[in-house]
Amino acid sequence: MLAPGARAAHLWPVMSEPVLPPVRAQFRALASTIVPETAALSEPGWAELERIVEDALAARPPKMQRQLRLLIRVLDLLPLVRYGRRFGRLQPAQALRFLSAFQDAPVLLLRRGVWGLRTLVFMGYYARAEGAAAIGYRADARGWGARR
Amino acid sequence: MIERRCDVAIVGSGAGGGTVAASLAPLCREGLKVLVLEQGAKLEEHEYTGRELEMADALYEDAGGFLTADGTMTLAFGRAYGGSTVVYTGTSLIVPERVIRTWDVPGLDHADVDRRCRKYAEENNVHLLGPELLNDNNRLFVEGCRGIGLLAEQFPLNIRGCHGSSLCNLGCPNAAKMGTHRVQLPAAERAGVEVVTRAEVLRLEERALQVRVSAKPAGGKGLPSAWEPGDYRIAARAVVVAGSAVGSPALLLRSGYGAQLPRLGHGFTCHPAHILVAEHERPITNDVGHPKSFYLDRADEGYVLETCMYFPFTTAKNLTGFGPPHSALMRSFSKLQMILVLALDEARPENRVSVDAGGRPVVHYTFTPETIERMVRATRTSARIFFAAGALRVHAPSADPPLIERKDMARVDELIAARHFLPGKVSVSAAHLMGGCAMGRTSADSVTDGWGRVHGVPWLRVADASLFPDSLEINPYLTVMAVADRAAEALRADLGSLP
Repeated sequence: MLAPGARAAHLWPVMSEPVLPPVRAQFRALASTIVPETAALSEPGWAELERIVEDALAARPPKMQRQLRLLIRVLDLLPLVRYGRRFGRLQPAQALRFLSAFQDAPVLLLRRGVWGLRTLVFMGYYARAEGAAAIGYRADARGWGARR
Repeated sequence: MIERRCDVAIVGSGAGGGTVAASLAPLCREGLKVLVLEQGAKLEEHEYTGRELEMADALYEDAGGFLTADGTMTLAFGRAYGGSTVVYTGTSLIVPERVIRTWDVPGLDHADVDRRCRKYAEENNVHLLGPELLNDNNRLFVEGCRGIGLLAEQFPLNIRGCHGSSLCNLGCPNAAKMGTHRVQLPAAERAGVEVVTRAEVLRLEERALQVRVSAKPAGGKGLPSAWEPGDYRIAARAVVVAGSAVGSPALLLRSGYGAQLPRLGHGFTCHPAHILVAEHERPITNDVGHPKSFYLDRADEGYVLETCMYFPFTTAKNLTGFGPPHSALMRSFSKLQMILVLALDEARPENRVSVDAGGRPVVHYTFTPETIERMVRATRTSARIFFAAGALRVHAPSADPPLIERKDMARVDELIAARHFLPGKVSVSAAHLMGGCAMGRTSADSVTDGWGRVHGVPWLRVADASLFPDSLEINPYLTVMAVADRAAEALRADLGSLP
């Protein structure tokens, strides 16, 4: 894998610190709703997922990094209004309904936010060799030679 | 600032720039200096690993996730020695006569484009794959089309020695794809053309370019640039811009040509695409074999369907939604058949390329009701093809919920509808990026003439997909090579008159 921040980092002023640490618990709760299998990840598994996400964010503008952190905080707190508890304390079905409502929101900015968040979580989970293997992905440079 | 000089500087090394480089290479024997400036790196053979993120980082702009201005579509285009020809599937079609006629560009006739396409098809070993190399994913598409009374056609491909890795879009790990990185650029270099990688063209001046050559980042892929890192000013008698439908108009705009070329950046089209998947009862061969062997041309209905096969993250991203239903479909990966739906969009005033305050490209794209309707029609046809091929369930982004079970196959028209196409929720991506420096008559309606000469700037030429005045309606690679070949021919003819 590339060293963190190796790609296109020259395009943007590099943010001084990673995006996720201040919102790590909230991010993990959201990630577990987006890909339920993440709930079974070990700490090293989570660390790899988050490293992939941080690498992807490092190549994006600082404004986008701040927006993501804000979105995670908003998604964590908003369920207080409807359910009286933060996102991480919701039942799985409640969490899914809540996030789905954002995905279908009439405001494009909210839909985009959820799309971006789910894309990062999918990247972190399925781009890991273990994530790809777990779904039976078997592509091999040897092609047919590896199957016949 | 380091000063350099050449006769012709070519910006970009993809289907356009690579073709121009090879076409101008004979000039080197006459003592002229031809230089190719490529922003990306040249990878060594062992660096094509097929690993999804690693290769996307190394070969694509923004790792393949370049977002449009409103964030509702991602654009995939190459940034490497060979440009997008490194990362496409090698599909090599010749543009239909109706498209060139509709473009109505003076001096551009179909017979000429056709002749040049055939020349490059031969040069790049374009042929039909043998039936023994086809996988289930492709066979099911053919069967499904036949099942609903449609005829799938086989893609001619520019491959030599394909092992069927299925990894074309991550750069072939077996050096089987005959892109410009395998054919035109090496030939040009052997003839004396100099190719400088990691060289970003910041701005054009009068008969000169400002270029920044970057060092290889720690841990990154690819060879270091042949030039020392630093800022260069390169004087050139002629400059050929071939930096893609995003990069070429952006370079001209940040160089200050917007005022004298009011159509610069306009007319961007991209064949917006969905990835559709369907689950079969049993595993099929999908992640082995060439991924894109067949297509269904429904240009009369405004769309094209192609077989496809994507990687775990890309597939996950392109399915609508998340949570248990999404996970269940991903766990069925070995049973998934895939179809790529491409809408044939039209050039519209609001869809264009601009630059931000830092000179970076910004692509403005709005899905028109016509484009959405075409994607919906294409999705309905795909669903019928999937079910005719025996699928248990189909995932359709413009259905709500997106999963359609076999028992509901008769309700496809009702369940897949434009009202469910919610930008920002459904994933849309595009890889056929066109327009922005359109060919035409004068600066009032275009940026260049039919030979890529920029109106009013005799030393400046364009030679890539940005020349297309409207959607091409097919995979663009051979046509890009044809128009680039024309631009090179015109430049050869004109070079003697340029100071």
